[in-house]
Amino acid sequence: MKRRVPLIIVFCVSLFMVIQYFVPLDSLERVYRSFLDYTIIIGVFALLLGIWSLCRVNYDKIKRKSENWQYAIITLTGFFIMTIAGFLSGWGRTDNYLYQHLFSYVLVPIQATMFSLLAFFIASAAFRAFRARSLLATLLLISGLVIMIRFVPLGFLSEPISDLAGWILRVPNMAAKRAIIIGVGLGAVATAFKIMLGIERAYLGRD
Amino acid sequence: MNFLNRIVALDRRWVFLFLFVVVSMAYLLRNYFSVDITVTKEVKSIYDFIEKRNEGDKLLISFDYDPSSLAELHPMSRAIMLHCFRRGIRVVAVTLSQYGAGMVEEILREVAAEAKEAYGVDPQYGRDYCFVGYRPYPAMVILGMGENFRVFFPRDYYDTPLDSIPLMQGVRNYDDVNAVIGITSGTTADFWIVYGNARYDMPLALGVTGVMATDYYPYLGNAIFGLIGGWKGAAEYEKLIDRSADANAGMPAQVVAHLTIVLFIMIGNIGYLLSRKSTNAVS
Repeated sequence: MKRRVPLIIVFCVSLFMVIQYFVPLDSLERVYRSFLDYTIIIGVFALLLGIWSLCRVNYDKIKRKSENWQYAIITLTGFFIMTIAGFLSGWGRTDNYLYQHLFSYVLVPIQATMFSLLAFFIASAAFRAFRARSLLATLLLISGLVIMIRFVPLGFLSEPISDLAGWILRVPNMAAKRAIIIGVGLGAVATAFKIMLGIERAYLGRD
Repeated sequence: MNFLNRIVALDRRWVFLFLFVVVSMAYLLRNYFSVDITVTKEVKSIYDFIEKRNEGDKLLISFDYDPSSLAELHPMSRAIMLHCFRRGIRVVAVTLSQYGAGMVEEILREVAAEAKEAYGVDPQYGRDYCFVGYRPYPAMVILGMGENFRVFFPRDYYDTPLDSIPLMQGVRNYDDVNAVIGITSGTTADFWIVYGNARYDMPLALGVTGVMATDYYPYLGNAIFGLIGGWKGAAEYEKLIDRSADANAGMPAQVVAHLTIVLFIMIGNIGYLLSRKSTNAVS
């Protein structure tokens, strides 16, 4: 019963979603809209569950003094400060001075710095890994160089290089990506059917 | 260890240092050299689309990025909005990124002021643009907006009922806007294609980070009518609207960074090929 009821719900809901996608009836649209409302409610509960999980995991880490437990203090402190700031007057909008300033002058620089480091790691990784070890590696290397060089002003060479880069992106890249996307799409349909028919049950958990 | 082996095994900290120095120099000296930008057709098609719209037409712009990609995506957001305000196109703004609300609110205000200064137009909140805010679970929000914006956004970011906003009167779903432009740094771009365009068939264009751009070329011409990729794409758009700003200012640093990476790849390969040759000769 514990497993059968969720399987029946999943089957009925997914069957409905398939039918309403292909059958444009007003009555189906209405039910579909109410399903969208359910997602808001489920989403709110999922959010609460996420917050609870975050606090629990980090609290346990501190309590047990497990490895790098100090970072858990920072996580929880940041979480509570931002939450309190958000609930102060203004409710997270721009008239909330504290929240907006924490966002603009703490979060934005931290995230921007983290992302900026990517350039250094890309440079280092490209230097070490981009080697012409085989024919395929050489083709990849040449394509990568053309794509990067297209940004560089090289006088009369700029236009042909830009055209070549455009051709690489629009023809071989597009062909390969479309093949992958079609493969992934077919895989997704197969997985969806497996979930719908109860063959794939990993989402139910172990109990 | 001979010279070739040293090059191949160069400590990565030297690479970091060299890149830092050249990018810093290029940024500091950005006013002394400019980069010639070639406009690509995927960027031009977005420009043309907006250019062909009539005054009063509406666009939905979704700002789905967070502060980590702000530097890369803000310039294209600014350029597109400036173009819209210059042409009298109304903008409905939304964000599907949890960090987006503060950024969008800020950029809307800044661009409205910039449009007033640059073009003499005076975009008013509620009449020329509005910001409906943020809701979690992007796929669900995209599907919900396809039915009615009010499913997920009964009120705008400032808590005003959507029906009280002049711009939103008569705007029910994607059918009532001329196109959607998703400026995104993550999987939300896929959601816009799969749940937005595939289901509701609205014209869709994307602005994405440089590294993401190649992933979305396969959709050009069918799911999306235009694509702006990273700083380069933003610089192209700035060139089209004839307003050199952040993206153009950043291009010298980007060019130098790319040249540095190309240089290191070439040095690494020369070292690798020569060391392999000398190893073969010895054996």
